[in-house]
This record gives sequence, structure tokens and C-alpha cells, in this order.
Amino acid sequence: MTNVSRIRPNLRVRGRSFMAFVLSPDAPLRDWLGELDAQIERSATFFAGRPIVVDLSSIPQNDPDLSTLFDELRNRGIRVIGAEGADGLTPAVQAVGGPLIGGRPLGLYEVPDDPPDAPPPPEPTSMTLDQPVRSGQTILFPQGDLTVNGSVASGAEIMAGGSIHVYGVLRGRAIAGVTGNQQARIFCRKLEAELISIDGLYMTAEDMETFRGRSIQARLEGSSIIITEIS
Amino acid sequence: MAKVLVVTSGKGGVGKTTSTAALGAALAQSGQKVVVVDFDVGLRNLDIVMGAERRVVFDMINVIQGEAKLSQALIRDKRIESLSILPASQTRDKDALTSEGVEKIIAELRTMFDWVICDSPAGIERGASLAMHHADVAVIVTNPEVSSVRDSDRIIGLLDSKTDKAEKGERIEKHLLLTRYDPVRAARGDMLKTEDVLEILSIPLLGIIPESPEVLRASNLGTPVVLSNPDAAPSRAYLDAARRLMGEEVPMTVPGEKRSLMTKLFGRRVA
Repeated sequence: MTNVSRIRPNLRVRGRSFMAFVLSPDAPLRDWLGELDAQIERSATFFAGRPIVVDLSSIPQNDPDLSTLFDELRNRGIRVIGAEGADGLTPAVQAVGGPLIGGRPLGLYEVPDDPPDAPPPPEPTSMTLDQPVRSGQTILFPQGDLTVNGSVASGAEIMAGGSIHVYGVLRGRAIAGVTGNQQARIFCRKLEAELISIDGLYMTAEDMETFRGRSIQARLEGSSIIITEIS
Repeated sequence: MAKVLVVTSGKGGVGKTTSTAALGAALAQSGQKVVVVDFDVGLRNLDIVMGAERRVVFDMINVIQGEAKLSQALIRDKRIESLSILPASQTRDKDALTSEGVEKIIAELRTMFDWVICDSPAGIERGASLAMHHADVAVIVTNPEVSSVRDSDRIIGLLDSKTDKAEKGERIEKHLLLTRYDPVRAARGDMLKTEDVLEILSIPLLGIIPESPEVLRASNLGTPVVLSNPDAAPSRAYLDAARRLMGEEVPMTVPGEKRSLMTKLFGRRVA
């Protein structure tokens, strides 16, 4: 067998500088970690993936939490690339890779807070149905008013936290103010309902006989349901 | 493109099977390739109305369970060449109807015919929902009486929520077929008026089939009424309904009512 010698290119050595942020913990370390958590809470993305150097000059060598400091930082997703200001090197510091030399101070840096999340759009307070409500169906809208742009069949039930508007014939049951709203009303173009109810008070078909087939509004006055005809 | 049509109702005995046979025969007569499918497993009626009960060898359940091929179960009608029937099983449990099996059969029938007409069992049970699940068009059969109308309303609700089309966010095409209509009794107020039924159900009207002894006679003869007596009033109503299903504009004739109302009804297209 013959040895094949390969021609190697020259090793390329170039200088490149990165900006590393320096974290300077204060004693006692436990309290300082609490402050760090509060900062991460406000700016979660700041520390993600950034190289961090830890300056240990203001920590006494015998601090009991020093040995676990780097594990604590790693658990918070902080990438420690080295330490400085540690004269008598503890084993914990050596584990990170020993002291860094040749750094130049650049002054204090203000950690920006993450922008607050946009507030969620407000919940809709009304619901409109463009189809008739069929027999056997139940529509419940506790958040507010319910408008039915069609008829409510006999055997169907519509319930709303607020008022109910029916632009077709109301044949089934209409229950307004289910969440305890005394101001809720029921409007319909043609009343043929089996039952109407506002805030727990109800009225059956027999009690509405005089308004059968009319356009009505029903509202609460004291402890009774008042029906009035609307033109 | 094949159309799957389901003939359905809330209440039993309103004339679904009669209407399935009549619409199927009427569509086939105009040259369309039609198969009528009986979904009423456990009972069996469509083959009798079609006069094919003595020719049933294999049925839909045999096909679902892999005991027969679909082509073996399909019965060619003797009178109209383009009409076939897929019978239901009377001996098996209705639970033998699986949704995978139905899906496979419907998909296969779609490739073979222009119209797949499913005769649904009445009510809101599994058989009915399986029959309607793959439908593109639904014909809701209703009698002019309150209980029938209310149950039909319930079925329309299911058609709008439980079918394949509804689950995809599309809307199924729905038509109302009013059967056993008696103009004399309607005029007396013993029966709901057409207008009232339409107003309650708010779907377009496909046809009004007058009550007639001709329907019963045809059923007992095992011949769809449009074939046994094409000139009878119910036959003409079914033939018109079939033309409307194919997209033709046919003026609506209300048995025994004045012309002014007919035009009024036909002009009415709701929901």
C-alpha cells in the first residue's frame, strides 16, 4: 500500500468580534435570580440565542448558590459562553469553559420590553341567523341579542342573554334574558309562540291569545310580562 | 355528473316510496340513467312498488358484506331500459348498513348513472341519516297535516346540519313534494293549505300530488303510477316534478285551485 499525501490548504485564521452581553449578578444570588425572572417575563425574546458572559466580580467566592448559578441560567434558556471576574476559579466556572479574556466594556444596555400583545377583539354581543330555526333545534346565545331573519318553527327553542328579534313568524319558544337580564325584550313580526319568557318569567300561548298573529314586543314590568302591539 | 337525490320525510306513510318510484320512472322515461335505491333495511317496499320483488336475488346488504357484486344486485326494470333498482334486505338487521359500505356503493353508483335516488326510511334514525348523508338534492315528502309538516321541518334541520355537504359548509338543494293533497278538504279547512305548508317550511315547492285512488292501484299492480296511467292527475304532477328536478321551468298546477293562486305559488321561491 502506498501512502497518498493530500495537499492541505493553509489554516485560515480570521478575527471576528461579536457583541456579548454581560450579566453581573449581585449577592444574594437567590434574590437576583428572582429579578432576572421578572425581566425575562417582560422581554422573553431578548435572551433567546444570545451569547452571555457572566461577571462574577461582585459575588463572594463562598456564596452557597454559586455552584448552581450556571445551571439556573441554562434552565432559563440563557446561553452562557464564559465568565469573568472570577479570580479563584470555582469548579462551576470551569465547567462553563473558564474565564474569558480580552473583552472591552461598552457601557450599560437597557433591555427592551417585548411589545404588549394586541388586546383580543371584543366578543360579539349580537348574533344574526339568516336561516329559519327548524323544529327540534335549540339556539342559545347567552352573550347578547339574537336576531332571527326568518321563522322559528313550532318545537324549536331560541334563547338569548339579551333581547330576541324575530322577523318571521315566532311559532316555537323564545326565552330572552337567560343570564338574568331584566331589560331584555322579545320582538316578533308575527306572534304564534308556544311560550315566551324574559328573565325566568314566562307566558304560555293561552295567555297570549289576544295578540296571536300580531306584531308585538314583550318586556318586563315589575314581575309581569307586558305585551304591546307594534305597527 | 351524477346527482344523488334523497327522498325523505319525518313521518312514515306520507308516500316516499311511491314518490321515489314515480320520480325515478319519470326521469328514466326522459332518457336519463336512473337507479332507485331502497334504504329501508329490515322492511322492503320499493321493489314491490316497482314490481321487482320476485326478481330480487342479492340486495344492498349482500353487496356491503362482500357476498355479491353491485352489478349482481342491480335489477334492470323490464319496462324502461335506463331504470334500475337496488333493493334493501328484509331479512337482515338494519345495523348491517354501515357508513363505509354506503359510501362505497354511492360512489360506485355515481359513476354508472345520471341519477341515484335514495328512498329513505322515515324519521331521524340512523338509516335515514345514512340515506341523506351523500345526497346533493333532497325531496322532502309531506302531507298537508300539522304533524307531517312539523316532522318535515325537523328533517330539513338535519339536512342542513348532518349531511356531507352541510359538514363541508355547502348547502343541500331542498324541494318540497306535497302528497295526498285533497283540494276539497283543503278548501273546507280540514287540511293545511299549500300556502301554509310552504310558509312554515320555507323551501321551494317541487310539486303537489293530488290524493287519488290511482296511486293505490298502481302500487298494488307493482307499477309506478306514471307508467300505469300517465294521464291520471297524480302522474301528470309527478312528471312535472321530474321536469322541474331537471331544471325545467314548468308552471305549478294546484289541483282544484284557481289559476291566480297557481302563478302566485310558482312565483314563490323561498330559502
